[in-house]
Amino acid sequence: MSAARDVVDATGAPVVAGTDETAGVANWSLWIGGGLVGLVVVMALVSFAWTPYDPYFVDVTNRFGGPSPTNLLGTDQFGRDVLSRLMVGARTTLFVGIVSVGVAGVVGTPLGILMGMAPAWLHRILLRANDLLLAFPALLLAIMFAAVFGPSTATAMVAIGIGTIPVFARIARSGTVQVMSSEYVLAARSAGRRGVRLAVRHVLPNIASLLLVQASVSFAIAILAEAALSFLQFGTPSPIPSWGLMLFQAQSVLAVNPGLTVWPGVGIAVAVLGFNLLGDGLRDRFDPRLAGHQ
Amino acid sequence: MTAGDEDRLVVDGLDVRVGPVGLLHDVGFRLRAGERVGLIGESGSGKSLTALAIMGLLPEGLAASGHVGLAGTDGNLLAAGDARMADLRGRRVSMVFQEPMTALNPLMKAGDQVAEVLAIHARRGGSGGSGRDRDRRALDLLDAVRMHEPDLVRRRYPHQLSGGQRQRVMLAMALANEPDVLICDEPTTALDVTVQAQMLDLIVEGARERDASLLFITHDLAVVATVCDRVLVMYGGRIVEAGPVQQLFTAPRHPYTRGLVASSDLDAVDAAGRLPTIPGVVPAAGTFPSGCVFRTRCERATDACAEPPPWTGQPDDGHACIHPYDDAPATP
Repeated sequence: MSAARDVVDATGAPVVAGTDETAGVANWSLWIGGGLVGLVVVMALVSFAWTPYDPYFVDVTNRFGGPSPTNLLGTDQFGRDVLSRLMVGARTTLFVGIVSVGVAGVVGTPLGILMGMAPAWLHRILLRANDLLLAFPALLLAIMFAAVFGPSTATAMVAIGIGTIPVFARIARSGTVQVMSSEYVLAARSAGRRGVRLAVRHVLPNIASLLLVQASVSFAIAILAEAALSFLQFGTPSPIPSWGLMLFQAQSVLAVNPGLTVWPGVGIAVAVLGFNLLGDGLRDRFDPRLAGHQ
Repeated sequence: MTAGDEDRLVVDGLDVRVGPVGLLHDVGFRLRAGERVGLIGESGSGKSLTALAIMGLLPEGLAASGHVGLAGTDGNLLAAGDARMADLRGRRVSMVFQEPMTALNPLMKAGDQVAEVLAIHARRGGSGGSGRDRDRRALDLLDAVRMHEPDLVRRRYPHQLSGGQRQRVMLAMALANEPDVLICDEPTTALDVTVQAQMLDLIVEGARERDASLLFITHDLAVVATVCDRVLVMYGGRIVEAGPVQQLFTAPRHPYTRGLVASSDLDAVDAAGRLPTIPGVVPAAGTFPSGCVFRTRCERATDACAEPPPWTGQPDDGHACIHPYDDAPATP
């Protein structure tokens, strides 16, 4: 959660989109992060059209096959092709990220804007309520959901999404408070703008860059959470390929074939690092004054 | 005060408080149809607060009491809900802000911002035509504020425009719905001098063409002299003197007005070659003296000034001072 907190802190500065100051300075976070994320995305997209083998195809005669020209990353304890499962697992990973960040953004953003535009007393109450939810661990919520609704990718996504709502609400709130005190909102109000249309036309576009940065960071957290849940058997059930689940299955044969843990581990690391760097890069892009603070 | 036939805006006994601290005290004035009134005073004297109170846009935590009446609308605007005020804002009363750099939405094209003001009230009023009509009217409005290449400017974002261009966009927005009352809060302060003069012309012309009454807030006396018919002088959240421009500048009666006029005369220097100033600084809100708010900085103050001075003369032409300067022209 620490990455999310950092962005919360970052909202002390004006929300300005598309600054020119960064022009000419290489934004390595953005490019490397974008590259890593792109790698995962390409892998997931290609898996829809083509994988080296059927990721569910069990070939017991070919268990624990090491890397070979026919199975580039080898085979697991059921003889399934690791590369194929890794590619389909990228799909699961991105899907979980998109849905959980989507849930959090769609619910959390309006809540946060509402908070920021509400009268002071209501603002205070909502903010405290939000802090209370923020303190509740998302992973615990997801395990509760899995216990009640049964473990599945959908349960995990929704639970992670709900757990991330307060993070988005908080970001949207602090951005809104700042935008609401700006002169252009005063000017819009002096022209007769109010309520929902003021929020949609003037507030939302001006906090969009903040939300984008938060989405990228939350995406990384969601990927990690899904991997953890699947590893603990509270997420994606077998035999659907998921990096967390692959890691779990690999660790049961760690003594026999330690190499199997490497690839899902690398996948998770690349995706999480990619989205975190992308988030940092986007933040630097939108607000160069915060560059190098962390 | 009761609203006469010609009164567009009547402000009476306006008080603004934040908790126990009073920020405006018994502010009262009226704007007649087509009249241009200046509201002058140093920073912190309550000019902008008066404008925001009229618009119903006071920051949270500030409470207004008194009466604000607008011709053609019933009752006290201070008691009106935000929905009703939002309907009046931009349509009957509109405002131009000081900082053209910050008063435009940075993510909306200039033309869209003008068209939006048209759309807000078109939707409420039920008439107004299509988005394309509004875009065309926005273009006309930009043309009316003598924007060069309005067709180019309307497709630009605020950061691509100069200060003068932005302020023209602001004025076009304020005039878009033909308001009865136009409030300008230091509209030229942030502009350089050559652009200032053009802006002032545009404001005066825009108000005149629409028969709008103008409340012009500034601390620049030269600007007031160019633009306004009448002047209200504010200090410490009170109106301390009111009168026609000519008279107020040639024969100021309140010592504060006199100080303002003297310090804006750049030819007058003392023996040391320094420009005349008003001694001291404007106290922080809530720390103004009792009685006459100016007495701590006033050379004429006596013990009698510890009592609040009554208003002397007409509402439109008078002062609140028990030791006024006589009517003899003071400075040539």
